[in-house]
Amino acid sequence: MRAAVVVFPGSNCDRDLAVAFEAAGAEVSMVWHKDDALPEGVDIVGIPGGFSYGDYLRCGAIAAQSNICNAVKAHADRGGYVLGVCNGFQVLTETGLLPGALLRNAGLKYICKTVGLKVETSNSDFTAGYNAGDVIDIPIAHHDGNYFADADTIKRLQDADRVAFTYEDNPNGAQADIAGILSANRRVLGMMPHPERAADIGHGGTDGAALFRALVGALATA
Amino acid sequence: MKARVHVMLKNGVLDPQGEAVRHALGALGFDGVNGVRQGKVIELDLADGATEADVTQMCEKLLANTVIESYSVEMG
Repeated sequence: MRAAVVVFPGSNCDRDLAVAFEAAGAEVSMVWHKDDALPEGVDIVGIPGGFSYGDYLRCGAIAAQSNICNAVKAHADRGGYVLGVCNGFQVLTETGLLPGALLRNAGLKYICKTVGLKVETSNSDFTAGYNAGDVIDIPIAHHDGNYFADADTIKRLQDADRVAFTYEDNPNGAQADIAGILSANRRVLGMMPHPERAADIGHGGTDGAALFRALVGALATA
Repeated sequence: MKARVHVMLKNGVLDPQGEAVRHALGALGFDGVNGVRQGKVIELDLADGATEADVTQMCEKLLANTVIESYSVEMG
């Protein structure tokens, strides 16, 4: 199973994401934002957290127009898997691969802490390692994590079982407590919390490891 | 040739920064400020011959996120 992690100027969780994929058994390559193509045979692309292009204009807006993002869009359009974490989720909404947008946190503060996340669906290769209803502890670290979409879009996501995770105690004002959502084909996941920061005993928690294990397991046998 | 693009959060989208500014104005004793919305202005220096349609395309593709923002273009 092959993973590629995209590196933008300002990415700062790229290595953590690569380590989490590797620990789960994936072969990982790093891809620079100016590259036009993904390496051959990549099953999943990870878009890491950080502050791509300094968050200039809007979080993720400039990254979404980068060379590599065109390749990521083409990969997703072919049915490829994409995981966007934090700034990666912002990039995915800016590219249009996921609906909605991430607004400034309702309380205006940057929030960095571990939060309780409820697994809303186990029906995806990202969340198959959990049971729906499980509450897992995963860190968040963001200033713009307040998920917004119009009421019709929220309802559509809920009706199609596309809400992957919700906050137990909404920290940022996100609509319907949404922390992560899936694409219609359930192969693109965007989430504000950082599963790669809870994937090793040294992190103080390992609740995120099951996401990477499930993903690598599903794609290795695919 | 210059163009000026105004980008604002759409009505109905919470603007926590605008709200914070409203509270701060109230704290300074400016009564009667019922609402504050904060946006951004982007000035473009364009080659001659650029049209408003060109700038509109720039807004749609990059300068505004039309899921949450509205924009207006002023030419000249």
